[in-house]
Amino acid sequence: MSDKYEHYYVPEQSPWPIVGAVALFMIAFGAGNYVNEVTKDQPGYGGYLLLAGIATLIFMLVGWFRNVIDESMNGLYSKQMDRSFRQCMSWFIFSEVMFFAAFFGALFYARIIAIPWLDGAGNNASTAAVLWPAFEAAWPLLKTPGGTETQAMPWQGLPLYNTIILLISSVTLHFAHTGLEQNKRGQLKLMLGLTILLGVGFLYLQVVEYIHAYQDLGLKLDSGIYGNTFFLLTGFHGLHVTLGAVFLLVMFLRIVLKNHFTAHKHFAFQAAAWYWHFVDVVWLCLFIFVYVL
Amino acid sequence: MSTVTTDPHAHAEHEHHGPAKGLKRWLYTTNHKDIGTLYLLFSLLMFFIGGAMAMVIRAELFQPGLQIVDPNFFNQMTTVHGLIMVFGAVMPAFTGLANWLIPMMIGAPDMALPRMNNWSFWILPFAFSILLASLFMEGGGPSFGWTFYAPLSTTYSNDSTALFVFSVHIMGISSIMGAINVIVTIMNLRAPGMTYMKMPLFVWTWFITAYLLIAVMPVLAGVVTMVLTDKYFGTSFFDAAGGGDPVLFQHIFWFFGHPEVYIMILPAFGIISSIVPTFSRKPLFGYASMVYATSSIALLSFLVWAHHMFTTGMPVAAELFFMYCTMLIAVPTGVKVFNWVATMWRGAMTFEVPMMFSLAFIVLFTIGGFSGLMLAITPADFQYHDTYFVVAHFHYVLVTGAVFSIMAAAYYWLPKWTGHMYDETLGQWHFWCSLISVNVLFFPMHFVGLAGMPRRIPDYALQFADFNALISIGGFAFGLSQLLFVWLVVKCIKGGEKATDQVWEGAEGLEWTIASPAPYHSFTTPPEIK
Repeated sequence: MSDKYEHYYVPEQSPWPIVGAVALFMIAFGAGNYVNEVTKDQPGYGGYLLLAGIATLIFMLVGWFRNVIDESMNGLYSKQMDRSFRQCMSWFIFSEVMFFAAFFGALFYARIIAIPWLDGAGNNASTAAVLWPAFEAAWPLLKTPGGTETQAMPWQGLPLYNTIILLISSVTLHFAHTGLEQNKRGQLKLMLGLTILLGVGFLYLQVVEYIHAYQDLGLKLDSGIYGNTFFLLTGFHGLHVTLGAVFLLVMFLRIVLKNHFTAHKHFAFQAAAWYWHFVDVVWLCLFIFVYVL
Repeated sequence: MSTVTTDPHAHAEHEHHGPAKGLKRWLYTTNHKDIGTLYLLFSLLMFFIGGAMAMVIRAELFQPGLQIVDPNFFNQMTTVHGLIMVFGAVMPAFTGLANWLIPMMIGAPDMALPRMNNWSFWILPFAFSILLASLFMEGGGPSFGWTFYAPLSTTYSNDSTALFVFSVHIMGISSIMGAINVIVTIMNLRAPGMTYMKMPLFVWTWFITAYLLIAVMPVLAGVVTMVLTDKYFGTSFFDAAGGGDPVLFQHIFWFFGHPEVYIMILPAFGIISSIVPTFSRKPLFGYASMVYATSSIALLSFLVWAHHMFTTGMPVAAELFFMYCTMLIAVPTGVKVFNWVATMWRGAMTFEVPMMFSLAFIVLFTIGGFSGLMLAITPADFQYHDTYFVVAHFHYVLVTGAVFSIMAAAYYWLPKWTGHMYDETLGQWHFWCSLISVNVLFFPMHFVGLAGMPRRIPDYALQFADFNALISIGGFAFGLSQLLFVWLVVKCIKGGEKATDQVWEGAEGLEWTIASPAPYHSFTTPPEIK
C-alpha cells in the first residue's frame, strides 16, 4: 500500500464553476422566456439569451477541460484521482439511465395501462362508453381518442440501418480502444475516425427519418401519445448521440493534433467510449420498444 | 504503486495557502468548508423567504373569508413556499452539512471533485432567483402546488410555467452533481483503515441519500420536461384525449417524490445518531442495524410511491401492494427509534441545545411517522386525503423532523466551525420557543384535518375558525423564534467562549480531533484509523 499517502490533488481556486453557473442561468432564463415567445409568436430577447448561455457554457467547458488536461499532463493526478474521475463518470451515466427511464416508463404506462383503460379495460367500461365510445385501443396509437390521426414509423428501412450503423460504431470504437492499449496509433486513429463518421451518419439518417415522418407519414410531435413518446425518446437519444460524437471528436483531435494518451493512461478516452456504448444501449432499447414491438 | 512523478514545489504551493481575500474567495472557492458555509447560509436565507410565504398563508387563514391576498396569490404562496422549503432550505442545508462534515469525518483532504462542488452550489442562487422572479411576472408565478399535478400545471397554468420548469432543471443538475461528489468522496477518499462499517452514521446516511438523489432527480427532470412539452408543444402525455393520462403524471412525479421524502430525512437520522451518543456518553446502540435499517428504508422508498395516489384511480390490488409496502417501512424506522432510545438507556445524559433538539426530534418525528402510518391505510386515507391531516403529517416529519435535526446539527457543530461556543441560554430560549410554538402550529392541524378542512384553500368553513386562529398564532410565534437563531449564530461567529478541540465531553470521531475552528485544510495526508 505505497499509495496510501499519495497526495490527493485539490485544485486551486477556479473561475470556471461560476462561469458555468451564470451560463446555466442564462440558458434556463433564456429558454423559459423563449418558449413563451416562440409559442405565442411574440418578439423578445429569450432566444438570444439562450444562445449566449450556450456559448458561455461551451466557453466554460473548453476552459475547464483545458485546465484539467494540463493538470493531468503535468502529472498532478494520482491513481486515487483517476478512480474519482471513473466513479464520477459512471454515476453520471447512471443518472442519464434514470432520465431515459422516466420516458420509457411513460411509454410503458401508456401502452399497458392508459390506452387499454380508455377503451374500457379493467373496471373502466363506463369511462370508455361516456368519454370516447368510438375509441379503440391499439399500439402504435394511430387514432387518438380526440381524433388525431397519424401513420406508424416502420422499423424496416431507416431505423434498421441506423441500428446497424450504431452497432458497428460500437465495434469500431472497441477496436480503437484495443489499438490504443496495444500502442497501434494508426489503428486507433482510423477506427476512432470511423466511429465518429458512423455517428454523424446516424444523425444524418435520423434527420432524414424525421423529415419523412413529418412530410409523408404525418407523424408529428403532437400526434398523440405515439408521436410524443416517439419524438421525445428518439430526440433525447439523438441529443445524446450528438454529445457523444462531440466527445469522441475532442478525443480524436487530442490524439491527432497533440498526440495525447498512452496505452496505460487514457481515462478521458475511456469515458467517451463508455458514454458512446451507453448511447448505443439506449438505442437498442429504443429500437425494440419504440419501433419493433 | 505511484506511477506519476510530481513536482514537490507544486505541492508546497497547494498545501500551505489559506483562503483567498474578498469576494473571489467565495466565487472561485474549491474548499469544502467554504462551500459548506455557502450552502448553509443560502439555506438559512431560503428558510426565511419560504417562511415569510408561510406567514402570508397563515395571515390569510387567521380568519375565515378572503381578506389579505387574492386566491391566485394564495396559491402561488403555497406552491413557492413548498418548493423553496424542499429544494431551497432543507436539501441545501443537508448538502452544506455534508460538505463541511464528510471530508472531516472520513479523514479526506476535501471533497473528491472540488471544482464541481463549487458549480453545484452556485447554480442554486441562480435557480431560485428565476423561481422567485417568476412571482413578479405578468400572471404571477407557479400556482399549481409544489407537486405541480397535471392538468393544473399544463392546461390551466400561467406563463411562468416554463421558467419554473427550467429552474427545476438546473436545481436538478446541481443536486445530481452534489450527490455524485458525495458518493465519490465516500467511496474513494476514506482514510486508510476507515472501512465502510467504521464510518460515522452521518456519512452512511448521506451515502445512501446520494444514491437516492442520482436515481430520482433525473426522473424529476423527465417529468418537468413532459409538463413543458404538454403545455407548450402540443404533446399529450397527461391528456387522455391524446392517449395519455393525468394519473401518469402522478406516477412519475411520486416515483421521484417519495424517495425525495427520504432524501430529506435520512441525513437527519445520521445527525441524530451522531448527537445522541455524545450527550448520553455511550456509543450508539446497534450501529450495524442502523446501517441496514437506513438501506432498507432507501430500497423500500422505491416501492411506495402510489400511496400518495390512493384516491386517484388504481386497481385494488395495486392499492393493497402499496399499502403494505408503506407499512413495512415502519419496521426499519422503528429499529432506528428503538436504537436511539436504547443508546440513552442508562447513559450519563446532559441536555445541551443540540441534545434538546434531538430529543424533540425523536418524539415529534415519531408522531409524524405514526400519522404517516394512518395515511398508509388505504381505506382510511380516503378520508384523510388532501385535508389538513396530511399537512400536519408532513410538517411533523419535515419541520420537527428535518428542520429540527438541522438545528441540532448547527448547534452541535457550530463550535467546530467558528471556534466559539454558542450562547447556551439563548439557545435554550430558541429551543423552547420553537418547541412550544411548533406544536401550537401543527398539532391542531390534525383535528381540523380529520374534521374535513381541505388543504390549499384560502377560505374555510366557520367551524374551523378557532383552531385556525390558534394555528396562525403558533405559526407567527415559530417564525419569530427563528430570529433568535440568527442572532445566536451571528453572536457565535463574532466571538464567545473559546471552544476546545473536542468541544463536547462525550464526542467521538475524527472531526473532534482537529482544532476548533477547523483549519482551512484539515487532512492533507490521511490519518490512520485503528
